[in-house]
Amino acid sequence: MSVLESKIPAGPLEDKWKNHKNDINLVNPANKRNIDVIVIGTGLAGGSAAATLAELGYNVKTFCYQDSPRRAHSIAAQGGINAAKNYQGDGDSDYRLFYDTIKGGDYRSREANVYRLAEVSGNIIDQCVAQGVPFAREYGGLLDNRSFGGVLVSRTFYAKGQTGQQLLLGAYSAMNRQINRGKIKSYTRHEMLDLVIVDGKARGIIARDLVTGKIERHSAHAVVIGSGGYGNVFYLSTNAMGSNVTASWKIHKKGAYFANPCFTQIHPTCIPVSGDHQSKLTLMSESLRNDGRIWVPKKLEDAKAIQEGRLKPTDLKEEDRDYYLERRYPAFGNLVPRDVASRAAKERCDAGYGVNKTGEAVFLDFSAAFMRYGQEAANTQHLKNPSEEKIKELGKKVVEAKYGNLFQMYEKIVDQNPYETPMMIYPAVHYTMGGIWVDYNLETTIPGCFATGEANFSDHGANRLGASALMQGLADGYFVLPYTIGNYLADDIRTGPIPTDSPEFEEAENAVRSQLEKLCNNNGTKSVDHFHKRLGKIMWNKAGMSRNAEDLKSAVEEIKALREEFWRDVKVPGEVNELNTELEKAARVADFLELGELFAVDALHRNESCGGHFREEYQTEEGEALRDDENFMYVAAWEYTGKPSEAILHKEDLNYEFIEVKTRSYK
Amino acid sequence: MNLTLKIWRQKNATTKGKLQTYPISDVSPDMSFLEMLDVLNEELIEKGEEPVVFDHDCREGICGTCSLQINGEPHGPDRAITTCQLHMRMFKDGDTITIEPFRAAAFPVIKDLMVNRDSFERIQQAGGYVSVNTSGNTQDANSIPVQKNNADDAFDAATCIGCGACVAACKNASAMLFTAAKVSQFALLPQGKVEATRRVLAMVEQMDKEGFGNCTNTGACEIECPKGISLDNIARMNREYLSASMK
Amino acid sequence: MGGIFNSSIARKVAMALSGLFLVIFLLLHFIINFTSVFSADVFNEYSHFMGTNVLIQFLLQPILILGVILHFVLGFVLEYRNRSARPINYVRFNGSANSSWMSRNMIYSGLVILAFLGLHFYDFWIPEVVHKYIESHPDDPFRYYHETVAKFESPVRTGLYVLSFVLLSLHLYHGFSSSFQSMGWANKYAKGLRGFTVAYAILIPLGFIFIALYHYFNNV
Repeated sequence: MSVLESKIPAGPLEDKWKNHKNDINLVNPANKRNIDVIVIGTGLAGGSAAATLAELGYNVKTFCYQDSPRRAHSIAAQGGINAAKNYQGDGDSDYRLFYDTIKGGDYRSREANVYRLAEVSGNIIDQCVAQGVPFAREYGGLLDNRSFGGVLVSRTFYAKGQTGQQLLLGAYSAMNRQINRGKIKSYTRHEMLDLVIVDGKARGIIARDLVTGKIERHSAHAVVIGSGGYGNVFYLSTNAMGSNVTASWKIHKKGAYFANPCFTQIHPTCIPVSGDHQSKLTLMSESLRNDGRIWVPKKLEDAKAIQEGRLKPTDLKEEDRDYYLERRYPAFGNLVPRDVASRAAKERCDAGYGVNKTGEAVFLDFSAAFMRYGQEAANTQHLKNPSEEKIKELGKKVVEAKYGNLFQMYEKIVDQNPYETPMMIYPAVHYTMGGIWVDYNLETTIPGCFATGEANFSDHGANRLGASALMQGLADGYFVLPYTIGNYLADDIRTGPIPTDSPEFEEAENAVRSQLEKLCNNNGTKSVDHFHKRLGKIMWNKAGMSRNAEDLKSAVEEIKALREEFWRDVKVPGEVNELNTELEKAARVADFLELGELFAVDALHRNESCGGHFREEYQTEEGEALRDDENFMYVAAWEYTGKPSEAILHKEDLNYEFIEVKTRSYK
Repeated sequence: MNLTLKIWRQKNATTKGKLQTYPISDVSPDMSFLEMLDVLNEELIEKGEEPVVFDHDCREGICGTCSLQINGEPHGPDRAITTCQLHMRMFKDGDTITIEPFRAAAFPVIKDLMVNRDSFERIQQAGGYVSVNTSGNTQDANSIPVQKNNADDAFDAATCIGCGACVAACKNASAMLFTAAKVSQFALLPQGKVEATRRVLAMVEQMDKEGFGNCTNTGACEIECPKGISLDNIARMNREYLSASMK
Repeated sequence: MGGIFNSSIARKVAMALSGLFLVIFLLLHFIINFTSVFSADVFNEYSHFMGTNVLIQFLLQPILILGVILHFVLGFVLEYRNRSARPINYVRFNGSANSSWMSRNMIYSGLVILAFLGLHFYDFWIPEVVHKYIESHPDDPFRYYHETVAKFESPVRTGLYVLSFVLLSLHLYHGFSSSFQSMGWANKYAKGLRGFTVAYAILIPLGFIFIALYHYFNNV
């Protein structure tokens, strides 16, 4: 059954990447000038890859749907980026980062890839600092670190609450340098709508200029997909409004296998949904869990009173509060990994202990932190017998210095002052660990088509640790792909420019055009958002934080029916040949409606619970995830056959040679 | 609450636009401004009219895509936020809200409320970078200590999200705050110092070429900037530019 | 050096420098005028010196005139460029939400000052030039005080002077401190400097107003 060749180099774990770099083919500088590479997406993975490829001498074309490469959604990452620098001297190492990542991913990721990730992580920080990324520093002028969920060391580098923006601006500035040199041609407000395969190799794309509506052909010797994740299949997520699966899904339909689509990360600290009008969810950085304590009332009647506004949370006595994470996981407490924290919140809310109007929120409380920091501040200021009020006031100042912008953002959105009353949070879809299957070289099952960053599946297994997404995106783009793509392109030095007038381009363009025209001429009655919202409800209720076979089966059927209804009844005003935001959305939702089905199929087939994938049938007596390593220690890579639910499953077995597979425990 | 919206409608860059009036009812104070526009668009689509085109993406105040001029101010009457973070509780029942695109010669309208900000791109391409290759052999990140206050000031300048509110707010449509933020970030860090002379000259030259107005220090940009970028950055750029010009 | 003289920042700096030069001139002018309040003799002495010293007449005076012209021409260029940077205006523009009236209307306060300069030249400078260089009257070091005071007999003229100084104050209120920002001054003394410029912008025009009113009411 398996045709999956992961191409992991032989040898000891620490030497694999080094040896591989020595073994693979290179393209000489003069020949690089004759080779074109297309990069889809300009976030951390795409932007860094484009800049580096152009530095090396390739002719790069980048495509993004935003009006500037700098606006890709990597920009929204708040907390930080991990690197095994061991600047704090707390015993960190490449191996420990590797180990934490594999364990955090619940033993569903590829050892060799993750080790490589850990190995290059330090270089990322060096590179970013050299580019002028203003990371937080200590008074001594050296870089500062903080700690994130699921680990026991401080290895997270950060730039206040906007590490993602600063790193992306770094990659974007590297791109700008190459644009200025003429080595990158940046196509903004362009969306890739199909991949063109010539003689079995990826040779170009069909893209739509979103301003003029013109459908364009672009050829290249290789295509890199760095277009991010597909969390928007849930409609409500922390992704940007435009984040979509289209590039990934189009290459899937052309032969790239889609791996582990059901592995989705639900982030525990988001601002709860306020009403039906809600268009997107806002994340509060995970760093808040360093100092905030999560709780719900111990008694159901108190929960009810809080929901109905009869009781103020601050009036509830300490002994009537249930700090359920500290209770269930004493070793990691509020800093358990995201999947564990999210599920625990859902468990409490499902049991009726939720604290907002709809019962879908828990408290994140800083009052203990106010007192702790306040006492510290009072000591350093040598205050004698400060009053409780004074301590609290001092503590609030410390917390404000650390998280002021987040508190302010919360107040703007919720209209409650988090210094006076605990924040309310609830889990929300945040990141997708699944994605396009790639081998060790980041190449998909289509020769010449590569995938980087969140768009691929490779490094996070069934759950991603905080501050690791930025690390992976930049590792892939700066340090992995630019080498491995050379191995493929070495065969292309005599190919010459790829013509765009071949029948393959013609056919792909016609297919794109007819799909768009069909959408515009559909004369339906319901808007695109109507369908997207309904898809999101199905996904959240039946394939969300916890899943069961029965729900998943019905989800498959419901999504199928919804897709048919969409094509029958969607209403898209305007024309193809003009700026048409509804048409853009419609094309994206059409792909989500197919992906959603495969997602449910994948979740249904995986009869175990691991990481972000929690099947209610497979749990321990204490309600923890119950993995089945005997039968499911593999990557599920799906081959498209015409219908999402009839995709063929290919398995890549995961062999753990260098790490002992254990039950994940944070107790 | 019920509101009257006066929205700029313009078919494309070459046609003339005008304000059109749309009543909207049952707006929840918890909605964001863009969610209110979503609701309006759903109604328009329902009625078979073309929805209002506006730029937006992350909807959490960081991507800098959203751009509306609301009641004469970029990103509306609230401070230190982008339009996506503006909530309807800032308005009262019965209010009339005028919504226009950011206006500047260097920001031509694409359609309705959507403008083209490529001029910002070109300013950054002219020199907004440190010329360092991705070799994996750059020196260790801690080999050059950076004074904390310089690192913090560089960060504060780097928080610019490139939304263009500074240009929109400025009576002269000047892009000085934007350009200054970019110049300052690098000028404050040892890594960026090496190329500082070339950078400031090239970026200012490009800024002028794009047709932005000249700064007259009204300070409107600083007040309207969603990230509170300080006018000190403009002073710094002026300084940098003058000393670079003498070299 | 490239396009420094063509660049927006260079123009701003030229604006700032010429402005600062005029600010200094204004102070000097004020000091001399103020002597008229308490001593006709001192006033005559200073005025005579200023009006007859070769260095002042043939070096500083032309520089001053050039400075004034440069400041105004640059102001018009700035205004023109800034207007063309926004060819289509906002239907609704709430400038008062984020900036002072003074900062937004420098061109108007400037135009009033320009008109005032016209009046001022008509009143003093042209008669002076005619007196000295065309009609070649004999040197009279005691004529200045009477000539000056006589101008303030008319309530209309006095009123115009007062109004102009109010606009001058508004112009200085923004312009003086703004010139330091244009030249890149931003440090821990910036706040103090701002205070000084504001005080200057209020006190000096107020002083001129006082002088005008003093002579007006003395004449009555």
